[in-house]
Amino acid sequence: MSVSVATEQRQFTPLMRLFHWLTAALVLTILGIGVAMVASLADYHRLVSIHRPLGILILIVVVIRFVNRHYSTLPPFPATMSPRERSVAPTSELFLYALLVVQPLVGWGMLSAASYPITLYGSIHLFPILPHNVMLYAVLRRAHTVLAYLLFLTFLAHLGAVLFHTWVMRDGTFSRMAPWKVRAQ
Amino acid sequence: MAHAMLNTPVFAVNTPQAFYDRLLAAQPNPTTGKPDPQKMAAFLASHPETVQATKIIQSHPASSGFENSTYYGLNAFWFMDASGRSIPVRWSLAPVQPFAPANTTGPARPDKNYLFDALIAGILQQPLQWHLIITTGQANDPTNDATIPWPDAREQVDVGTLTLDHAESEDTSPCRDINFDPLVLPEGMAPSDDPLPSARSAVYSQSFTRRAGEKKLPSTVTPSEVRK
Ligand code: HEM
Repeated sequence: MSVSVATEQRQFTPLMRLFHWLTAALVLTILGIGVAMVASLADYHRLVSIHRPLGILILIVVVIRFVNRHYSTLPPFPATMSPRERSVAPTSELFLYALLVVQPLVGWGMLSAASYPITLYGSIHLFPILPHNVMLYAVLRRAHTVLAYLLFLTFLAHLGAVLFHTWVMRDGTFSRMAPWKVRAQ
Repeated sequence: MAHAMLNTPVFAVNTPQAFYDRLLAAQPNPTTGKPDPQKMAAFLASHPETVQATKIIQSHPASSGFENSTYYGLNAFWFMDASGRSIPVRWSLAPVQPFAPANTTGPARPDKNYLFDALIAGILQQPLQWHLIITTGQANDPTNDATIPWPDAREQVDVGTLTLDHAESEDTSPCRDINFDPLVLPEGMAPSDDPLPSARSAVYSQSFTRRAGEKKLPSTVTPSEVRK
């Protein structure tokens, strides 16, 4: 990787941007479905039947995305980012990745611990990843709710930081991840 | 697959909302200890299907025990064959043990558990059996309304026999630690447009979660009570 390439590149790679918006759409959808399904009766079954495979899809997408990120060239931080922000940003991103891997594993694990069949679609089932233990289920079911809140709060913080940079500092932070191509000014 | 069945041929309500409203209407008044008849009358006035279903339920004699009762699945499901064709079905369990009507005129029995005790005693004497009867619906038979019976003329298929040869205490049975979900279905079966099974899934999931985290107490029915 040459220095000149790294300084010219102002946006994340197209594949990274695709993964970013795909994850954003999937995660906001599953959070919405999660909240709606535990509050519904007649639609509960339909929603939970979408929730499970969607959650596993997120797990797969996030793992591929993380590996892809490892092999991609990242654009440099904008000059407007303070040293403190530069140290916090990667940690908070790592935290988001961790949440997005742990949350579906907790969902999968809690259904395993309750000895539910873990149906994805039709006759396609996942194998259990934990032994049958209802106390463990109770803890993981609680954790699934807490992690969902944490995920939503982290998402809000992430959105807030980007909007602050884009609208208040006007440093074009959003364009780094914009779904469309942004030319260097 | 887990399924609860009732000894009534139809269910009293056909939506989760009606179920909830009926519970509220039947709630005892804290001072009198009795439900407010006006509330129930108001509920029935806006739920003619419940009035109809109650007539059917009341004209259906209760049996003298658990062992000689028919149990009805009430909700409709779809059966699919290998070629992808599907038919709506309901099912019931018909006892091999001869029916005897419940004694509804005498004084109430003092021992509250006599039905359970009789069931355990019956099983210990000889295995109890029921035929699983599948009723196949036709195009206009409602699949989304558990208050309406299907016509008597519908084809019925005896698909197997359920044999109870022993009872199990909660302490030794695997039932306590699994959720009882009417929509965990085997391959070849699918839920219908009946809104009740989904509501039951939702509610049972909630109660299972709450029970799961509780300290487990010994079962009221001890293992020695159900063994010879
Ligand atoms: C990023 C992935 C996921 C997110 C953000 C997520 C989010 C949520 C949320 C917000 C709820 C409602 C929690 C509540 O209010 O109590 C929920 C419930 C649930 N989730 Fe997930 N979930 C994810 C993955 C999964 C996976 C992979 C599975 C299973 C394979 C799963 C299974 C469930 C089940 C079964 C419930 C509800 C159970 C009940 O009726 O109590 N989730 N999820």
